Formats: sequence, C-alpha cells, structure tokens
Amino acid sequence: MWSWVGHRITGVVIFIFLLVHVLDTSLVRVSPEAYTAVIGAYKNPIMGLGEAALVAAIVFHAFNGLRIIAIDFWKKGPKYQRQMLWGVLALWAVTMIPFLIRHLTIVFSNFFGGN
Amino acid sequence: MSAVEAELPEPASKIELPVHLGGGGEIPTFDVTLRVRRYDPEFSEESKWEDFTMTMYGTDRVLDALHKVKWEQDGSLSFRRSCAHGVCGSDAMRINGRNRLACKTLLKDLDTSKPITVEPIKGLPVEKDLIVDMEPFFQSFREVMPFLVNRDHAPTKERLQSAEERARFDDTTKCILCAACTSSCPVFWTDGQYFGPAAIVNAHRFIFDSRDDAGDMRLEILNDKEGVWRCRTTFNCTEACPRGIQVTQAIAEVKQAILARQI
Repeated sequence: MWSWVGHRITGVVIFIFLLVHVLDTSLVRVSPEAYTAVIGAYKNPIMGLGEAALVAAIVFHAFNGLRIIAIDFWKKGPKYQRQMLWGVLALWAVTMIPFLIRHLTIVFSNFFGGN
Repeated sequence: MSAVEAELPEPASKIELPVHLGGGGEIPTFDVTLRVRRYDPEFSEESKWEDFTMTMYGTDRVLDALHKVKWEQDGSLSFRRSCAHGVCGSDAMRINGRNRLACKTLLKDLDTSKPITVEPIKGLPVEKDLIVDMEPFFQSFREVMPFLVNRDHAPTKERLQSAEERARFDDTTKCILCAACTSSCPVFWTDGQYFGPAAIVNAHRFIFDSRDDAGDMRLEILNDKEGVWRCRTTFNCTEACPRGIQVTQAIAEVKQAILARQI
C-alpha cells in the first residue's frame, strides 16, 4: 500500500511543479526581463534542495510506474510485485546517490563558494 | 473377538511419565490486554477504546480472548463468530491494524507485551462493537452472479472437466466471504460503490470455469468505472486474505480477460 501512497504523493508533487514550470516559462512571452528575474530568484540553496526533492519524486514515480505496468501486463507481475518494489527502491538509490553528489556540490559551491 | 477378551478391563498405562516432564507438557500462560473498539448506538454515538486484561494460554486465539471477555467480564461485548475454525468467515476483524480472522490468529504470534487492538473491519457501517453491516458487501457479491450458468440441457451425470480446467480457477474457489480483503482496500474505504476484491474473486471463479456460459456477462458487469478498473494494485487484499488467495493476481486476470475480449 505504501508504494501506492508514495506514487500518489509524488504524482501530485510533479503536477504542482509542472503547473509552476508552465507558468514561469510562459513569462518569457510576457517579458524576457521578468522571466530572467524569476529564474534568477530560483538560484538559492533552498530551491536547490527543492530541485533535489523534485528529482527524487520523479525518479521514484518513473520506476514505480514501470513496476505498475509490469503488474498489469506481465503474467507474473502480481507474483513478483514485492521483489520489483525492492528493485524500484534500489534503482532509485543508484540513480539518486550520484545525482545528489553532483547536484548538491554545484548548488552549495555556487552559493557558498563565491564564484 | 472372544468373550473372555471382551470381559477384560482396559489395562492401565504401563508408562510412568517422569515428574520433570510435567505430564505431557504444560501449556504456558501469559497475561494479555485486549484493547477493543466499543460502539453502542443505544448509549453513545461515539465509539471508544476499552481495555480487558486476562490470563490466557499459549494455545489460545484472539477469538478465545474475546470469548473470555464476553463470558466472564462484559457480556455486552458483541462480535460475530460461527464455526470458530477459519471456514465460515464470520469473525474477520482488524487486529493490531491488520485484517485477520480472530479464530486463526494465535495470541502467542502477536506482541503480548503491548495491548492487542481489536477493531471492526473498515469501510462498512458499524452496527455494534465488532459487528458491521455486511449488506453492501453481499450486494456486490450478488451482482457478479456467483453461480453456475449453463444453457445446455441438464446432463444426466456430472459436467466433466479436465484437471487443468479445474486448476485454472482453483485459487478463487477458496473464498469464504469474510470481507477481510474488501475492507482492507483503500479504494473501497473511500468509494463504497467499488465492487471490491471479494466480488471480483467470486466472479473470477466462474469466468474461468469451463462449464460456465456467462463469463462474458460477468466481464461486462466488471468492465465498469466501479468494477475492476477501480483496482489500484495496492496488494492490501492479497495480504489480508486469511485463505492465501492471490487476490490482486485474480483481479489482474479479469482485467486482462476484458482487454483480450475487446481486441
């Protein structure tokens, strides 16, 4: 059940991101200066952590979505759903660890490193 | 048997058990606290927790503890049970947050250092204490036509079936209609219109029966917004089933049968 709860929550998080993303990107049509100002406002560590959380949500949602497709269309899917969930979590960790190392280094060196 | 032998009394046992064995082994006892969700609409609209503490044996089940409460401490405690051996499906309840049959749950398998919570199953209206109104559950069950439909002339002997054909739906014949699956489903909690896993399991039992002719009709009934497509594969039903039926697997097979039929 918790994989389903996680799938729902990450789904809503991604939806909210897309909504904001469409709004801020369409600002460029209104005025390029406003767009630049808004995008500039995102360049701080809190947004950097937010981006990390967003990628974490998307990666889980993507892998778990493949698991749900397998449950629905693969004959042995329901039988191996638990093993597949562990696979999803393992893939999630394998994807997230290198990403977080690189992403957080960039975020924090830009902010605190003074470049 | 000769007359002389028949007159002899049965000889006393020749085997003397040593004292330290305690005569066949004593059953360990322990104290348990049962925390029961009580509800009585004649006195209060609010349900509340009530604790009962008693000494039980290692061979006792949650149902035995409930009986002890009802017979020795509080006769007003209400719950359903019939066969008390895991076949009738009357005593499904939420024990320590999981749907199980009280008659199949041994106390020694639970953590007896903490109170054991016992609640009515979720998603169905509570009538009193652990008794819920099962009517919505049975209504869905009836709607899938859980009986053999065969338009051929009635044969003079059995309707024959190969072992393979019988094995196709063997898993779903085990259902005892206890509602543990349906009342563990988060979709059913929020949407009482959903057929629920138990009804789909019983439809599956006839859809894949080679002797049955109404499979198409049942697939049509379940090919609905509130039918199999409401299933979100949370696997709560499979985990709750006291008979070990692979419920989510059965629902997936019905989904695939509906898709295969439409192509």
